[in-house]
Amino acid sequence: MIKSKKYIAATAIALTAVASTSFAASSDITVAMQLEPPHLDPTSAAAGAIDSVLYSNVFEGLTRFASDGAIIAGLAKSWDISAEGTEYTFHLRAGVQFHDGTGMDAEDVKFSLDRARSEDSTNAQKALFSGITDVAVVDSTTVKVTLDKPNGSFLFNMAWGDAVIVAPESIEGIKNNPVGTGAFKFQNWVQGDRIELARNDNYWGSAPALESATFKFISDPTAAFAAVMAQDVDVFTGFPAPENLPQFEADARFQVLEGSTEGETILSTNNKMPPLDNVKVRKAIAHAIDRQAIIDGAMFGYGTPIGTHFAPHHPDYVDLTGNSQHDPELAKKLLAQAGFPNGFETTLKLPPPSYARRGGEIIASQLRAVGIRAKISNLEWAQWLEQVFRGKDYGLSIVSHTEPMDIGIYARPEYYFQYDNPEFQALMTDLSATTDTAMRSEMLKKAQNIISEDYVNGYLFELAFTTVADAKVQGLWKNSPTQATDLTGVSWLD
Amino acid sequence: MRQYRSLIIGTFLSLIVLIAATFSFVWIPYDIMQLSIPDKLQTPNWDHFLGTDHFGRDILSMIMVGARTSLAVALLAVGIGMGIGVPLGLAAATRRGAFLDEVIMRTNDLIFAFPSLVIAILITALFGAGAMNAIIAIGIFNIPVFARVSRGAALSLWQKEFILAARVSGKSKLRISVEHILPNLTNLLIVQGTIQFSLGILAEAGLSYVGLGAQPPTPSWGRMLADAQTMVSFAPHLALIPGSAIILTVLGLNLMGDGLRDALDPKLRKSRQ
Repeated sequence: MIKSKKYIAATAIALTAVASTSFAASSDITVAMQLEPPHLDPTSAAAGAIDSVLYSNVFEGLTRFASDGAIIAGLAKSWDISAEGTEYTFHLRAGVQFHDGTGMDAEDVKFSLDRARSEDSTNAQKALFSGITDVAVVDSTTVKVTLDKPNGSFLFNMAWGDAVIVAPESIEGIKNNPVGTGAFKFQNWVQGDRIELARNDNYWGSAPALESATFKFISDPTAAFAAVMAQDVDVFTGFPAPENLPQFEADARFQVLEGSTEGETILSTNNKMPPLDNVKVRKAIAHAIDRQAIIDGAMFGYGTPIGTHFAPHHPDYVDLTGNSQHDPELAKKLLAQAGFPNGFETTLKLPPPSYARRGGEIIASQLRAVGIRAKISNLEWAQWLEQVFRGKDYGLSIVSHTEPMDIGIYARPEYYFQYDNPEFQALMTDLSATTDTAMRSEMLKKAQNIISEDYVNGYLFELAFTTVADAKVQGLWKNSPTQATDLTGVSWLD
Repeated sequence: MRQYRSLIIGTFLSLIVLIAATFSFVWIPYDIMQLSIPDKLQTPNWDHFLGTDHFGRDILSMIMVGARTSLAVALLAVGIGMGIGVPLGLAAATRRGAFLDEVIMRTNDLIFAFPSLVIAILITALFGAGAMNAIIAIGIFNIPVFARVSRGAALSLWQKEFILAARVSGKSKLRISVEHILPNLTNLLIVQGTIQFSLGILAEAGLSYVGLGAQPPTPSWGRMLADAQTMVSFAPHLALIPGSAIILTVLGLNLMGDGLRDALDPKLRKSRQ
């Protein structure tokens, strides 16, 4: 009898062991994406791929983006803003630890902000910190940030991946061994292949359901399709080939999430290169373009038409697509008025993504129909950055601007559009000094109208954010308010 | 008749391509410069015999104009190879073993030693992608082929009595090369040219496939294949049609080359039987 009891107990233990192994198998996830980060320091590079892996998972900021784009508390559990709007007092969460065991306190916040705004800072978004005049440690969990003037988007700025809190103890090795406060710890990086994260058991917030996560980098669309089909990866965020999505939708093993992004896909126009410096010519181009054909032809229907440089899901968005309806006859008339009755020749330089390459062929054909001969050249990213973005040696290009709320780039005459409009620049200066929500909304709407009516660029569509995932994965971000793959809320459905 | 079978089949296939390419200058079923997104991805039907691609372009029209691109690139590349390679080979043959011969032939060996497609990619990456650079890249790799072939044949001709007679009569080496050696190489060069021509078509398709050949909107079979890559799983005809076009053209040219060699070089034919 005693023997059999032992036997039962042993069986029970064995069963538990089996159960826990099967549980362990479903607490691990493999997430694939197209681009691999160049290094792992989000505070010193513009590469969005860094945030795609690390934002919220490994690094956190004072505030953060929620999945719907709202700004919520991060490492700061609350904050007070002085009456004149220039002093922000952040109350930090107590007892937060970095992954190396050191505590996260006000000194670390001061270090991070001072590092980002210093003279020799390599932060890619230094403008986020430009208004800060002083960061003072009040006590170990209280930091006071002083601004030179009220800044309505300061809390928004602090939520960016470029504003995450890092520690002076671990800053040396951050590019290869990032140490943050997030729910996942960095484990291993096999360059060219994958990055591995493991659950942080000392996390201050609610513990994530996943024990470990692997990020894999697959740049080729065909390989991406094969990897998902073979279920080598559980999730593919930003799936590069929209033409394959209907197949995944039809397959019960997968789910397809179509969300919004901050990616305004535009026909970038060199506003200083004749004849594109003539607003009539730019208007003619805008009317020559048939957006729906581009969305259907290049993106297989995924994407929302836009008429200005603003995300359509934003409450202040104004639908200005009417300013540039597809009207080839009007386009020809405008070209004739501008002195180009027989059209002209220009360049169309395209980076690698399929929205650009395919969209470029479609736009070239649409422009040809009104007499504009756009000579296509396909460039790799490095060449594109060199020739178009830095060299400004281009007539037209197609690219998706994925930064959130980036209408301010139109106020920078040295930016690669080379759009120089003092009225718009003044408006942007006023905007950043305004904290009143209703007034900000008015100004943003006015700004959208100005660039739409100046036809600075051809406004095509808002990029859709498409994620293909195993049907049993839940809690993924559907939208992409910032570049991130937040795994803290992800779990497997049993 | 049996002995000419491969020549006949090969010539037939090559002629189809040639006629399609030539005909495309006069008439194609649909304008391929005009994209028509609503008509995209049709399978072969009565309106579009070979279906439409992802931009709604008629694939038959694309194949016809693409044949033009392929033939033009390959023809010019062979032209470069022959135009430079043959004189070099003839010059080397006049001075067998001398410094000139060594320089020419070792340079040829050097070019031969490089993997041709990789160098072609390098050239187009350095000087920009485009049909013209593809022609130059493929042409450069044809030079040593023609130089070798013509030198080898010329060397044995220089031993012949009629050449000796010409030398005794006081003709210069240059005149002998042009008047007596070159005409005797014609058969050989036609055969080699046909084979190089088919390799040129393959190379052009390869370069276009990686995006370094003819640039859009100029249609090219290689790029049609590349564009079809992510769509093979639901629209296989997009890849099958240009793929078949490449295979049949190269097969036709190779068969024609083999057939020509058999027909023009009776010695070789006998030895094969």
